[in-house]
Amino acid sequence: MAQMTMIQAITDALRSELRNDPNVLVFGEDVGVNGGVFRATEGLQQEFGEDRVFDTPLAESGIGGLAVGLSLQGFRPVPEIQFFGFVFEVMDSIAGQLARQRYRSGGKFSAPVTFRSPFGGGVHTPDMHADSLEGLMAQTPGVKVVIPSTPYDAKGLLISSIRDNDTVVFLEHMKLYRSFRQEVPEESYTIPLGKAEVKREGTDVTIVTYGAMVHESLKAAEELEKEGFSAEVIDLRTVSPIDIETIIASVEKTGRAIVVQEAQKQAGIAANVVAEINDRAILSLEAPVLRVAAPDTVFPFPQAEAVWLPNYKDVIATAKKVLTF
Amino acid sequence: MVSKTQNAKLDAKKTLEVVEEQFQTLQILNESGEIVNEAAMPDLSDEQLQELMRRMVYTRILDQRSISLNRQGRLGFYAPTAGQEASQLASQFALEKEDFILPGYRDVPQIVWHGLPLSQAFLWSRGHFQGMQIPDGVNVLHPQIIIGAQYVQTAGVALAFKKRGTKAVAITYTGDGGTSQGDFYEGMNFAGAYKAPAIFIAQNNRFAISTPVEKQSAAKTLAQKAVAAGIPGIQVDGMDPLAVYAAVREARERAINGEGPTFIETLTYRYGPHTMAGDDPTRYRTADLDNEWEKKDPLVRFRKFLENKGLWSEEKENEVIEQAKEDIKEAIKLADAAPKQKVTDLMSIMYEEMPQNLKEQYEIYKEKESK
Repeated sequence: MAQMTMIQAITDALRSELRNDPNVLVFGEDVGVNGGVFRATEGLQQEFGEDRVFDTPLAESGIGGLAVGLSLQGFRPVPEIQFFGFVFEVMDSIAGQLARQRYRSGGKFSAPVTFRSPFGGGVHTPDMHADSLEGLMAQTPGVKVVIPSTPYDAKGLLISSIRDNDTVVFLEHMKLYRSFRQEVPEESYTIPLGKAEVKREGTDVTIVTYGAMVHESLKAAEELEKEGFSAEVIDLRTVSPIDIETIIASVEKTGRAIVVQEAQKQAGIAANVVAEINDRAILSLEAPVLRVAAPDTVFPFPQAEAVWLPNYKDVIATAKKVLTF
Repeated sequence: MVSKTQNAKLDAKKTLEVVEEQFQTLQILNESGEIVNEAAMPDLSDEQLQELMRRMVYTRILDQRSISLNRQGRLGFYAPTAGQEASQLASQFALEKEDFILPGYRDVPQIVWHGLPLSQAFLWSRGHFQGMQIPDGVNVLHPQIIIGAQYVQTAGVALAFKKRGTKAVAITYTGDGGTSQGDFYEGMNFAGAYKAPAIFIAQNNRFAISTPVEKQSAAKTLAQKAVAAGIPGIQVDGMDPLAVYAAVREARERAINGEGPTFIETLTYRYGPHTMAGDDPTRYRTADLDNEWEKKDPLVRFRKFLENKGLWSEEKENEVIEQAKEDIKEAIKLADAAPKQKVTDLMSIMYEEMPQNLKEQYEIYKEKESK
């Protein structure tokens, strides 16, 4: 076991899969000799050569097309989109092409591609770097969307994503890259996609969340504990498809739930979680399921992040509304 | 270098003229079927020349029958191909089996001649998932509906060939309108930067639906767009099967020798409407223009060329026509026999393993379908 940051765990997962499967290719803007703008691919080109880990021209759509073409010839591309705000340039390759590759070919061609991309607020990035756009991807039949919140999860989920024979969008929260270390096994291991994890057990209210909001929710749960409320925190880890079973089991136990996301209220996936709970556990609910989300404006100017991004205080306030309904 | 720059008078217009002069149209066979460029004549045997003619005649019939079958409601989406036989078939004829084709929506003939059964092409037109269950060993992708997407994907397939050391090329097609897309540029630029074995073809039939090519770009030729990617570009008479063949064959040679991609513009014309979905070319094309291009018909000039060599006859042509009609009838019958699609079929081809939401929905539809 080693103490790793999330970014180190990600590099470790990439190294593991580059070793494990000669078809794995890592490419993107500045991922080669530079090691990536966040050092996620540090040292990989040195170890595996330019044939396996390489830079691309600066064009996200071209990167997406490269992934399509390479996947059609049996490669297992792991392209990087430098910041997920740039996904609009490559929406067609992901949602219009790879997501449909298996379907369009009647099952003949798979699309084993893993797009890695950083996102997330709280680090004062310029425009179009931090936006939470997972909702766009989660609405796309044919792709899976994974968002880890810990170094341990990041490594296991990334290895699973790369091994998955369908397209995965793997979103890495920038604020979590180096904010803490965790014990991460040095050997390869996997965490199944589509499986949530109960990060904290509780009995009074279920908090369903993902990404940086997992940590805000855990912090809120600690505060709530002091006030006598026991909150169960579920980290979705995969936001599409969501792990209905884990969510419903928890809601049936607690009778109350909130969904916490960093994205705007009209975006993200919270509305889907609420709908699933309403469909499946309405008779267990003591109160409506409320959402903690950002306001429905464009992602804030860097100096306005603090007042705009949801945090543990918002989680506490919303949890209390539900607890005292 | 420094002194030269200092002495040169800035003349941007001149620069453009110099560029345009580089892109002369390659023609081998003129409208009367005479060889006008012996030096560029490709090395084709008599049998190969006859086979190319056979394919062009066959495909003209396929187009006529497809239009008629569409009108009868026996085919769905169809983009007519008449006029483009030289551009489509002579380019495919220059390929080898291991080469991979990424077609646009009008490029069904190329993938049929590359090995896709006709019945499956008809199923694709109708909108059936079995249409693009490409048989093993047939190196083609489904016709691409998103204009330009096939270009960036071609860079990827070509890079894969380079990485695997496969002596094969990836070839793709778009139209004149498609050259305005970002993916058109990105695809050629990526392939150029990686020196990947790709052939990019733009079939310039002068119209993108109703929009004339002059409204796509101020560029005098489309071929010169290759300059932006730093790759060779060539403009060919797209009504001349020998010129198209020679250009593609040369590009293929260069590609498999590790010299990178080529961009080829074929000057061609579509005699029919844009698609069978209600397009009416008389709204945007003059009869004069149609007549002018009908004189350039690739079948007419190639027929004359072969007849002069004693390689073609009316009898031969009629045999091909009869064969085509018979094959088409048979293929439609096969397409008719395909099972109706069920929602559960569509669910089964989404992922390797169905996620929870689909598993649930699968059970619901299985129940519905069992009634």
